[in-house]
Amino acid sequence: MSGSRRKVLKAGAALAAAASLPRAAFAQAGPIRIGMSMPQTGSLGAGGQAALVALRLWVDDVNGRGGLLNRKVELVAYDDQTNPANVPGIYTKLLDVDKVDLLIAPYGTVPTAPIMPMVKQRGLLLMGNFSFQVNAKVQHDMWFNNSPWNDASSWSDGFIRAGQRAGAKSVAILAADQEFAQNLANGARELSKKANIKSVYDQNYPPATTDFSSLIRGIRAARPEMVFVMSYPNDSVAIIRAVNEIGVGSQVQVFGGGMVGLQFTPIMTSLGSLLNGVLNYNSYVPGMKYPGIEDFLARYAKRAADAKVDPLGFYLPPFNYAIGQMYEQAINATRSLDHKAIAGYLRANEMKTVVGPIRYDRTGEWANPRVVQAQFRGVVDKDMEQFRQPGKQIVIYPDAYKTGDVITPFEKARTAKS
Amino acid sequence: MIFSFDLLFEAVLFGILLGCFYAAVSIGLSVSFGLLDVPHVAHPAIMVLGSYCAYVVAGWGLDPILSGVVLMPVFFVLGVLIYRFYYETFERRGSEAGVRGLAFFFGLAFIIEVGLILAFGVDQRTVQAPYIGSSLALGEYRIPYRMLVAFGVALVLTAALTVYLSKTFTGRAIKAVAQDEPALRLMGANPVRIKQWAFGIATGVSVLAGAMLIIVGPVEPAMDRLYIGRTFCVVVLAGLGSMTGTLVAGLILGIAESLVLMFFGASWAPAVAFGLLLIVLGIRPQGLFGR
Amino acid sequence: MKYWIGAGALFIAAVAAALSPVNEYFFYAGYVVLTFVVLSTAWNILGGYAGYVNFGTGAFFGLGSYSAVVLFKALGAPLAVQIVAAAAVGAALGFGVGMLTLRLRGIFFAIATVAILFIMETLMMNWRYVGGATGLQLLRPEVLAPFGSYTRMLFVVMALLAVLAVSVARWVQVSWIGRGLRAIRDSEEAAESAGVPTLRLKLFACTVSGALMGAAGAPMPMYLSFIEPASSFSLNWGVSALAMPMIGGTAHWIGPVIGALLLGSIQQIVTVTISNEINVLVVGVLLVLFVVLAPDGIVGLFKKVLGRK
Repeated sequence: MSGSRRKVLKAGAALAAAASLPRAAFAQAGPIRIGMSMPQTGSLGAGGQAALVALRLWVDDVNGRGGLLNRKVELVAYDDQTNPANVPGIYTKLLDVDKVDLLIAPYGTVPTAPIMPMVKQRGLLLMGNFSFQVNAKVQHDMWFNNSPWNDASSWSDGFIRAGQRAGAKSVAILAADQEFAQNLANGARELSKKANIKSVYDQNYPPATTDFSSLIRGIRAARPEMVFVMSYPNDSVAIIRAVNEIGVGSQVQVFGGGMVGLQFTPIMTSLGSLLNGVLNYNSYVPGMKYPGIEDFLARYAKRAADAKVDPLGFYLPPFNYAIGQMYEQAINATRSLDHKAIAGYLRANEMKTVVGPIRYDRTGEWANPRVVQAQFRGVVDKDMEQFRQPGKQIVIYPDAYKTGDVITPFEKARTAKS
Repeated sequence: MIFSFDLLFEAVLFGILLGCFYAAVSIGLSVSFGLLDVPHVAHPAIMVLGSYCAYVVAGWGLDPILSGVVLMPVFFVLGVLIYRFYYETFERRGSEAGVRGLAFFFGLAFIIEVGLILAFGVDQRTVQAPYIGSSLALGEYRIPYRMLVAFGVALVLTAALTVYLSKTFTGRAIKAVAQDEPALRLMGANPVRIKQWAFGIATGVSVLAGAMLIIVGPVEPAMDRLYIGRTFCVVVLAGLGSMTGTLVAGLILGIAESLVLMFFGASWAPAVAFGLLLIVLGIRPQGLFGR
Repeated sequence: MKYWIGAGALFIAAVAAALSPVNEYFFYAGYVVLTFVVLSTAWNILGGYAGYVNFGTGAFFGLGSYSAVVLFKALGAPLAVQIVAAAAVGAALGFGVGMLTLRLRGIFFAIATVAILFIMETLMMNWRYVGGATGLQLLRPEVLAPFGSYTRMLFVVMALLAVLAVSVARWVQVSWIGRGLRAIRDSEEAAESAGVPTLRLKLFACTVSGALMGAAGAPMPMYLSFIEPASSFSLNWGVSALAMPMIGGTAHWIGPVIGALLLGSIQQIVTVTISNEINVLVVGVLLVLFVVLAPDGIVGLFKKVLGRK
């Protein structure tokens, strides 16, 4: 027998032997622990709970495949209550008491901002979770975000262009005074100026604000043609209610843009027809063709039903599952848990995930952003199932996913049948 | 900042509604602190507790205001118990007890707040009602119905309490015990029983205030902290013990807050009540109508 | 003399611990406990000795933190300078608050301190240079040798501040100032008519208290690598700084130390093992229990037990 054939036979024998090992035979080195804080209560709570279901689904999937590096994977997750003050203590505990091997960031810019200096100065890899430009000031080189945006332009272009096409020449900006909204507002201000759109109203509000009637009144008095709002779920809900209560003016062409929370199924269901006409960002709406996502959503729905959490799971869960997939791909390729090695792999390679291929630029954000702007139309009250099919969120940007044109002005879109 | 007389008018209108609401929310404190001299910093916490109780009862299908009314007897009893405990433990023992009484209510406020977090979580709670979510349109102006309802209930409550204190026998006894306790004792009345009755009423009123709180906007357990400023501002500005003063002071605070909100932005609004409180304490601590 | 030997020994023990291979989290939690030693001791100078209850500890503490941040951001000032500056700012606020409010009795003073707290928070929320309500991310400077980590160094710094604060409280307690403050606490009118310079003494206590609270706040931004108004100015600081001396015993300087060490440690253990909320619940419940059942605190209980023997 020639040398090469012997090698092939040897390899074949080894493979057969490996394949016959029982799946659940984890190595004696103990589990690999992945630690994170996840907002399960508070403003981001509804989203965080859904995201956690997706992460736990990945943990079970990967353990069913033999774990990572032949070791069982464990997820350690605490609730930070959407309070940034709780996060440094939680991550210090994860690192120094629970001694986790890997980290995932909390869902959201506001809970993530406090630990960026810590992970940079301790030289740790952090997988981002739907934060916006949270690494801009600290510039950590081991940060990789799972969200389909990059800079403010990737987020705002669709919204601003929709307004411009309707002839809008003025903008009102309403932003929460917190990390996410301020990052987006700063970007939006620059972009509006470049597009020669006049700013007629520009207000920050404290994150704890609950009554927006005075602010909406102020916006109405300024007569803007575009209203760009950057808000977190509690405020988004209150703002939508205030707009329906007080009215924002007949000259407004487009309203929305950066309102977090209007993607959470429980919030969409409870606001119902109040959402109509709002043009807002999203990461995924039914109809968008990502390979493997339908299968994921079906499996997720079963787990979510058991956990009594958002059963549709469009906005966050696929992208959280993708974090797990990225860790799996990188760790299997580098055969190590060393943060620098994994980071190097993530930076250099294309990641294959349930939300499509992901490539990172040098800031740790997506090289090819894919934020959609979609308008709510024809939404009825108290009906969750209506959101399962395409048709209630008309994607108007980008062209690759477009399903319709935006209806302007805002008042007209609110009463449009579809 | 845009300035127009339309905006000014709307802000003042909203301020009047808001102010009446603040008066109703503070009137319990006017009785417990203004008349009875109890250092009741847990008053806003009990009101928030009342909001959550109204939320639970409203969840069984009752209108939120009705829920508040239904809970009033329960909170009356709660108030009597709290006052008995406070009296036996602190008021009897003299001046040193002043510090401890204050610390007691401070601790009580925190216990209530954390209790609510443990029971309901930190998430905001709201109630549904036909009058929440739409507004009255008067030309260009929009007045939210929820504010009108709160305004109406607040007026009725303040009027009822003022009448009670000046026209009924127990009401006048409560005012008497605040003015001159030894004289009352000499006349054979039991001041402790009168005071605990008054404190019970103040607490009963607080649950209705709490129902209004959750109608006007979402509630969450830590809200009591901000309301310490608003309620004490109203009570001190009014002058201890004056019920009509409470209404006037509430209106002043409401209009001030609404104007600041409209013309200086939402980030300054939380400081209005506390700033006004400091000014009053500095310039005229006896308030507008104080005794 | 015994005091200085004891204090010195404790400080040396703190340094030794920081240089030993003890788990990092011990210093992370220990820093907070030591912060509370400083805060309770500072609170007690005005609250325990003079009887003026301050709910607004967070105002002085938070302002100290923000002063440190401003100096760090504008000038890259080292920690020692930040602490001294924060103490000065805290003293200034204490003096100002005192001038404004010390003529008010009991509960009015307490409510005024809450007002100062919220006003300070609102001011910081509106100041973009320090990040407004969003807050600021902060990168720590290099840690000084021989410490292995910045947290360990901060632990030792706070231990030093604790020794300093307790020494100041002890000095005030035994001096004529302390006697005057006790006279004020027992009966302010009587003290006034006896010729005690009540306003000046109260102002002194308020200023010193404010300075120590401000100093305690200065290392906090570096400790967290982050600062934002809501947690810096939280009423939670106030309830702990009040509960710890009342539990430990307000008459003697060792009361706040005992209260802070005991309650602070319980808080840290509860936070790690159960949750953050229960933390505040523990403080509230213990405060109410002690205020009702043991008004002289643990020190008082000790005295009773020793007295009975």
